[in-house]
Amino acid sequence: MSQQTAIKPTAEVELETPPPETIRLEATSGFGRVLAPRELWRFRDLAFQIAARDVTIRYRQTSFGAAWAILQPLAFMAVFTLIFGRFAGIESDGLPYWLFSLAALVPWMFFANAFLLSSESLVMNQALISKIYFPRIFIPAGVVAAGCVDFAISMLILLVIVLIDGIVPPIAILTLPLLIAIAVMTALGAGAGLSAINVRYRDVRYVVPFATQLWFFITPIVYANSALSEPLRTLSAINPMVGVIEGFRWAVLGNGSAPWDLIGVSFAAAAVLLFIGLSYFDRVERSFADLI
Amino acid sequence: MTEIAIKAEGLGKNYQLGLNAAYGSLREAVSEAGRRTVGRLVGRGEKPEIDVLWALKDVSFEIQQGEAIGLIGHNGAGKSTMLKLLSRIAEPSTGYAEVTGRVGSLLEVGTGFHPELTGRENVFLNGAILGMRRAEIRKRFDEIVEFANMERFLDTPVKRYSSGMQVRLAFAVAAHLEPEILLVDEVLAVGDAAFQRKSLTKMAEVARAGSTVIFVSHNLATIQALCERAILLERGSVVTDAPVEEAVTGYLRALERAASDDLETRTDRDGRAWEESKVKRLAVYDGDSDEADVVVGGRGAKIVIEVTEVVPMMECSLTILNSLGHPITTLDSELSSSADIRDSGSGPRIECRVDSLPLIPGRYRIDILLRGRQEIQDGLQAAAYFDVEPGVIDGRPMPSIGADGDVVLPHTWQLPA
Repeated sequence: MSQQTAIKPTAEVELETPPPETIRLEATSGFGRVLAPRELWRFRDLAFQIAARDVTIRYRQTSFGAAWAILQPLAFMAVFTLIFGRFAGIESDGLPYWLFSLAALVPWMFFANAFLLSSESLVMNQALISKIYFPRIFIPAGVVAAGCVDFAISMLILLVIVLIDGIVPPIAILTLPLLIAIAVMTALGAGAGLSAINVRYRDVRYVVPFATQLWFFITPIVYANSALSEPLRTLSAINPMVGVIEGFRWAVLGNGSAPWDLIGVSFAAAAVLLFIGLSYFDRVERSFADLI
Repeated sequence: MTEIAIKAEGLGKNYQLGLNAAYGSLREAVSEAGRRTVGRLVGRGEKPEIDVLWALKDVSFEIQQGEAIGLIGHNGAGKSTMLKLLSRIAEPSTGYAEVTGRVGSLLEVGTGFHPELTGRENVFLNGAILGMRRAEIRKRFDEIVEFANMERFLDTPVKRYSSGMQVRLAFAVAAHLEPEILLVDEVLAVGDAAFQRKSLTKMAEVARAGSTVIFVSHNLATIQALCERAILLERGSVVTDAPVEEAVTGYLRALERAASDDLETRTDRDGRAWEESKVKRLAVYDGDSDEADVVVGGRGAKIVIEVTEVVPMMECSLTILNSLGHPITTLDSELSSSADIRDSGSGPRIECRVDSLPLIPGRYRIDILLRGRQEIQDGLQAAAYFDVEPGVIDGRPMPSIGADGDVVLPHTWQLPA
């Protein structure tokens, strides 16, 4: 060991050690824990490690690995095309049904997985939470971030499939980051909020899978949103996934006119959901270790 | 260097029992909210009965930078709660603490490990969890791996490691942590004796290097060896904050007071919420005279334990400590011998016999740990005290009270005539 130290280059860059900072620990009330930027920045390395862990363990010891990210939406697409497209003959805005459903399934699968896993994440990490301090939001946020990796893979493959099919995605494809942001905000808002409720009420474990299924049917995945008549069509975008999915069909497949009304309503709804979820998380975060 | 590392002022922590306790159901909360609203409308806004337990109450102290402080007290006195508050895991209910500098904790092995990740990945994850910066871990990575001596297994998932290897790796990471304030709860780090020993060495090192150390342990000998000052907690309050000898004496006296209480009603016990069996009585008898609590050195002795319930796979471990609170020996039924007897007809009673008690005259204490179904059922410090009278061992008189050491061995001499 001493040898090891001796041969180290002496000119090594020293880590900057900030002067010790005094932190006052006391009962807090109100908001301002989750959204304390300095605190989040201080723990950025831990945030990165938690996200990296969630990405790494996702497909460890699976043969197909990250291919699962696209196999799942593809499998659903096949079944839906057969049942809803062929047998039920559901109207698909003039698109081939398989493309119509695949473009919706890619963002939906991201959302559903991120929502489900993040709502359970705090309870899954109770050993950490009861022994170490760090901003707890990193736990559900790490799960959502890990989901984004899958999302990126499946989106890439979706684009390849679309290109092979001969569709050249329109310029509208540049709105994808916005649509993705809405999906992330929705997953994080709902996931973080429910993960916090889950700490105290384990009922959440039963509610989420069931809520996800209901949510699936109120979202235009197997059907087109245009099936709804007007005030309802725009109002339905209060469900943020409506804007995301109709937006995806438009941005990736170049279908129809820009659904800016839907995207706008959905963005606002996602922002409200995120605010509510994080506010609740923030309010109960201080008692996680006492309750978990 | 007399800067203050930790300053606590009126620190308190309460837990609500009853309503909303741990796993309340959503249904209860909803119906409760409804009941309260109705109550308010009707004009009888009576608050539901909430049982509040103060784990810590009005605790104030100051710790200078570089001090090593022992935190002692019965089970349930608030030691672990204090560490939770200082490490920010839990938030105080009243008062405040000001902490200056980076806080690190030595944790139970594996807390920060993920079994599916490789050794290499776990070093980074665990380091980050303990509060190390990524650049810092990268810089020390080779040192850590060399320290743990497991270059070959770095890319193997940790789930394939033996428990010894996991301990080695976990400790290697912890040993390279350089906190300004180190919090150690020995109770949390149990499970592996080797890890515990290493933790103590690390702590002494950290203390010598000028860091502040707060150490929670039942082992008074280690507290005395490592700390200059100790804080004695009783029922959540500071009873003594003094040089370590004084605080330890106060603790020993408090233990002896507790021992005279009825064992079954004592609340300062280890054990889990789901415990099935408790220690009801523990007494030491002279093997020959059957007289309680006074035994003669060199003669037979028997320790009789009565428990409330017989549980499958019952095991019992007794630690005998001297008057300074230093452990002398542990008698553990799990390390079984063919001479042991398991009798289904003996009822809720455990007996441990010593053929010839090799203790010099003095006052001794017994701590007990009861296991069953491979869980800790119950644990009590100072379950009993007993006095050893001067006796004869192998035909040789024993040293008298005040002699060095605690034990005497049967032996013979050869001397010039």
